[in-house]
Amino acid sequence: MGATNWGFKKSLWVFHLNAGACNNCDIEVLDCLCPKYDIERFGMKLVGSVKHADVLLVSGSVPRKVVPQLIEAYEQAPKPVAVVALGACGCTGGIFKDGYNFAGPIDKHIPVDAYVPGCPPRPEAIIDGIVKLMGKL
Amino acid sequence: MSTLIPIGPFHPVLEEPEYISLYVDGETVEDADIDLGRIHRGIELLAQEKTYDQDTFLVERICGICSASHSWAACLAMEDIVDVVIPDRARYLRTIVHELERLHSHMLWVGLAGHILGYWTVFMWGWKYREPVLDCLEAITGNRNNYAWYCPGGVRRDVADEIWPGVLKAMDEFAVQTDMLLHAILDDPVILGRLKGVGILTTEDAIAYGTLGPTARGSGVPIDVRRDEPYGAYSEVDWDVMVQDGCDCLAVAAVRLLEMLESVKIIKQCIEKLPAGPIATEVREIPRGEGIGHIEAPRGETFHFIRSNGTNMPERHKMRAPTFNNIPSFRPRVKGESISDAVLIFAVIDPCYSCTERLAVLGPDGRPYMKGKDLIALSHAKTEELRKNS
Repeated sequence: MGATNWGFKKSLWVFHLNAGACNNCDIEVLDCLCPKYDIERFGMKLVGSVKHADVLLVSGSVPRKVVPQLIEAYEQAPKPVAVVALGACGCTGGIFKDGYNFAGPIDKHIPVDAYVPGCPPRPEAIIDGIVKLMGKL
Repeated sequence: MSTLIPIGPFHPVLEEPEYISLYVDGETVEDADIDLGRIHRGIELLAQEKTYDQDTFLVERICGICSASHSWAACLAMEDIVDVVIPDRARYLRTIVHELERLHSHMLWVGLAGHILGYWTVFMWGWKYREPVLDCLEAITGNRNNYAWYCPGGVRRDVADEIWPGVLKAMDEFAVQTDMLLHAILDDPVILGRLKGVGILTTEDAIAYGTLGPTARGSGVPIDVRRDEPYGAYSEVDWDVMVQDGCDCLAVAAVRLLEMLESVKIIKQCIEKLPAGPIATEVREIPRGEGIGHIEAPRGETFHFIRSNGTNMPERHKMRAPTFNNIPSFRPRVKGESISDAVLIFAVIDPCYSCTERLAVLGPDGRPYMKGKDLIALSHAKTEELRKNS
C-alpha cells in the first residue's frame, strides 16, 4: 500500500460537480450532509474547490456546453482522484440520451471509477457507492 | 471604472453550473449578467418524440424539486384537450402531493439561505425538518423525488388509508418546527440585519419584470394561480395567499415561511376531506387540439402548452418555468448593493436554472447564428430549389 492509497483509506473529501443534472441528485448529495445521514461522522465532507478533492461526484447528462468545463475540472483535480457517476443520467444518459444537446455520458469524457444508478439515487445508495469505492482503492 | 467578478460555473454557492458576471466598483455592484445553457437538455424536442404517457415522466425530470408541478401542469394541458372529468379522489391526492412538494422546496430554500448567511444551524435544522416531508412523499408515492404520480386523467396509484395518520402527525410536527424556525429567524437581529432592506425590488419593478410566485408576493403583488384560477382541490379548502409589502429579501423569506404553514393547513384539510372512489378516468386518446395547463409551483407559475395532432405524441410541447421570469429581477435588486450581499440576492428568488435553460446557437463571431436576413435567404433558397425541381 503506497502513501496515496493509505491516504484514501479514511476521510475522503468530496467535490460535487453538476454536469447538467436536474438538481435531484444534487439535493440528495446535500441530504447526505444533513443530520439524518450525516456523512461527516465518517470524515467525509463536501469541499468548495476541486483542488482539495479526493472524490469527484459527477451528476447529470452532460450537455455539450458543459463538456470543456467538466474536462477542465477533472484535469485540475489532484491525481489520483476517484470519479463517481451519479444517477441514471450520469451512468447512461437516461431519459435524455436521445436529446440533440446530449454529449455524454460522463465516462465518454473522463474515467469513471464507480456508478451509482437511480433517479435519483437515495442518499444511502450514494454513501454505499463511496464506501464501496474506498474498498476498491 | 468597473471590475468584472466571475462567479461559476462550478462554484461552492451555486448548486448548478451557471456563470454570473458581477461588475463592481470598489465594493458596490454596478451591474450583473448571467450566462445560461449548461443544463439545456432539449426537453421540448424530446417531449415531441415521446408518447403522452411517457411525457409525464420526462417533464418530471425538468427539475428535481418541481417534479410534481411540471407533471401536473402537463397533465392539465392534456386534460384541457380531452375535456375529461377528473375523479374527486384524484384531485385531492394530486393536491396533497403538490403541497408536500412545496413544503420540502421551501424548507430546502430556508436551509440554503442559512448556508449562504453563514448560519449552519439553520441549514442543518431546515434539512432535518425536511426529511419527514420526504418520508411522507415516499409513503404516498413510493419515491423521495420524481414521484411518477400524475397521469393524464388522474393519479397512478391508490393510497391505503393506514398511512394518513402518520402523515397528519408529521404535518403537526412540521408546523410546530416551522413556527419555531419562523420566530428564530425573524427575531434574530443578525439575520434581520442581513435581510432587511437588502435587495429591494419595488412593486412597480416586480410587475414590470413579470416576476412570479413568492418573489412577486414578497414585493406586494398578490398573485397566486391556486387562488386566481383554482385547480385541483384548492377552491374547496380554506387557506390564504401570503403577501408581504417589504419588497426586500426579508419579505420573500417571510412569504416562504408563512406559506409553509398555509400548505400544512391545506394538506390537513385535504386528508380530512379525502373522498373515496376511483383514482383516475381513463384517457384513451387525445384528439386534435390545443391545451394549456398552468399551476403554482413552489417558485411561481409553471406553464405548459400542448398541441395535439391526433396521434399519440404531442406536436408541440412548450413549457415555461417560473425562474425564467424571475431571473431578470436580479438586476434591479443587485444594483447598488455590496458584493457580500450579491450571492444572497441571487438566492432569494430560489433560482432553478435547470427549469429555465434555453439555447442560443452562436456563430464564430459570438453573435446569434441565424439572423432575420439569414432565415429569409434560406427561405428564398428553398423556393428556388422547389422551382427547379417542379
